Amino acid sequence: MNSDRSGARALTGHRLFWPVVVLVVLLAANTIYRPGFLSVQLRDGHLYGSVVDIVRLSAPLILVALGMTLVIATGGIDLSVGSICAISGAIACLYISRQPDQNSLGGVLTALALALGVALVLGAWNGVLVAVIGIQPIIATLILMVAGRGLAQLVTEGQILTINSEPYKAIGVGHLLTLPLAIVIALAVALLIAAVTRRTALGLIVESVGGNARASRLAGIRSARITFLVYVISAACAAVAGFMMTANVSSADGNAAGLWVELDAILAVVIGGTSLAGGRFSLGGTILGALLIQTLTTTVYAMNISPQTSLLFKAVVVIAVCLVQAPGFRARFVRRRAPAVAAVTAGEQPKEQVPA
Amino acid sequence: MTTLSLTAARTWSRLPRRHVPVLATGVLLLVLYGVGVSQYRAFSNVQVIFNVFIDNGFLLVVAVGMTFVILTGGIDLSVGSVVAMTAMVSAFLLGRGAPAALVLLVALLIGPTLGFLMGCVIHFFDIQPFIVTLAGMFFARGMCTFISDSSIPITDGFWTRMSQERIGDPSGNFVSISVLIAFVVVAVAAYVLAYTRLGRNVYAIGGNAQSALLMGLPVGRTRIAVYTISGFCAAIGGILLSFYTLSGAPLIAVGMELDVIAAVVIGGTVLTGGSGYVFGTVLGVLVLGVIQTLITFDGSLNSWWTRIVIGGLLFAFILLQRLIGIRYK
Repeated sequence: MNSDRSGARALTGHRLFWPVVVLVVLLAANTIYRPGFLSVQLRDGHLYGSVVDIVRLSAPLILVALGMTLVIATGGIDLSVGSICAISGAIACLYISRQPDQNSLGGVLTALALALGVALVLGAWNGVLVAVIGIQPIIATLILMVAGRGLAQLVTEGQILTINSEPYKAIGVGHLLTLPLAIVIALAVALLIAAVTRRTALGLIVESVGGNARASRLAGIRSARITFLVYVISAACAAVAGFMMTANVSSADGNAAGLWVELDAILAVVIGGTSLAGGRFSLGGTILGALLIQTLTTTVYAMNISPQTSLLFKAVVVIAVCLVQAPGFRARFVRRRAPAVAAVTAGEQPKEQVPA
Repeated sequence: MTTLSLTAARTWSRLPRRHVPVLATGVLLLVLYGVGVSQYRAFSNVQVIFNVFIDNGFLLVVAVGMTFVILTGGIDLSVGSVVAMTAMVSAFLLGRGAPAALVLLVALLIGPTLGFLMGCVIHFFDIQPFIVTLAGMFFARGMCTFISDSSIPITDGFWTRMSQERIGDPSGNFVSISVLIAFVVVAVAAYVLAYTRLGRNVYAIGGNAQSALLMGLPVGRTRIAVYTISGFCAAIGGILLSFYTLSGAPLIAVGMELDVIAAVVIGGTVLTGGSGYVFGTVLGVLVLGVIQTLITFDGSLNSWWTRIVIGGLLFAFILLQRLIGIRYK
């Protein structure tokens, strides 16, 4: 009995408990609204179904969020991922559109390599600003976030570049071994990052840099090199996500591709239990967070609510999950509300009028 | 003579480091304007400067609010959405036939209320401002489309009068009422930051929140106050925008928070807090406005060059702050 209760407490106290609850509730709500929601069919050797669609559509977000997880684990943040998605997608589409045969596999692979190379350079730029020059990450990456959209439009010359290339399109909507290719790619990247960080000391080193960069440098870790590395990885992940986004619609739009993906990715990471202060990360939690966000978006679409209004639900979920995870909020509900709080709130009223 | 030059040299060497970014922004503004005047004959027209103010009045007001938040070391991502929501609510209520005074009151209350709530969450539950104001941004943007999916025109008499009223000199140059409102906001904000306790507290918290707390300063109250102020400025900005466009549209001012943050940083305010001036923010907004005007005058450059140039300027100014040794945490 006693062990049961402590077991239950350990379960509800787990940092991924509430995100999982929200995800299950969302899936349940969908199933009630549309009974066939959970069914998955095998058609022409490919898996089809709403759940498969959700996972497929969340693949770019998972990729971006995985890179973001490593950056946030070092105590940084990368706001430029959305712009990097747009630039890499634009470069790949531009190169393919200049090919005489857009369906040639070699041409597509060259385009991907070229775009990935540019993304790595952009990641290195972020890395140099943060690790070498020592600029605060949120500002260093803000530069590329602002300028990157302009660069993406420069590449596409303000147009929406449409391409007609089967191999490129496959990245977004193709299948491999019954699974959508996008899911396979996201899974492969997730496993690769998990293996490199959790099967070697790299993950521990990243966390130690996030915990205290100076102390880890004194302990013999090249902090600056690790910091540089995570921004490059983040940019590479964003580039692959950019390929998926543009391949999904077979066109590159410098303005719309990857818009706000950085915010969604940061949300996914936070929902997944990684602290924005750095020093700890959970790749599984991040993937769960990304799936939660995409499920929420799909649910809102399925219920015929305007896509923009889905932001309202997103706001509610973000605040709810963050509050439940916040130590300050938990402590307040374990103990009684401190009387000082009421006094401060009451004293607040006259101050509001000051700027008027 | 010798003493004079000596004093001058000494004052120059004593020029506080925190003034350097603002001076650099001022010099940049003069250079940009000089380039404009030398390249295009019509650029020297006074109305060009007035137009920069008319087109960027709402940006200026919102940037002033953001300066408060950034001075405490926080950030407010919700301002663009709050601007849109305020314009949207005004347009909606006016369309329903509500009196202009009531609409103004309601619209001006929404922003500060949201800012107050966000400040409370940030302070009491110790959640990162970035995440909380992100949720606020989603909420406000969602509310816009919840009110209406399409743009709502404003035909109210008071609004059209405010929009069309021109205050000018005999030679035909004019500004709109929005510009005057923006100036009043700037003056009040500059006074509050420089000469009131609230202003001192803002700088103290941005310098070091821990020390400010140990000194007995009301850290929590001040922190909530700055988000409320930012929300209030965003609400005024929303009203000014609705004067300017005479409509409320759900997707207006998307990404405006980036321009605002860029203007504040270019204006010399350090993003970790504790150093910066409202005057710098005014210069920052003017730099953005003059760049836009230059690109419009040129005609051959496309609009995306604005973003690239702003990004480049951000880089230059952050590097400058770094070089002159303003502390980064």
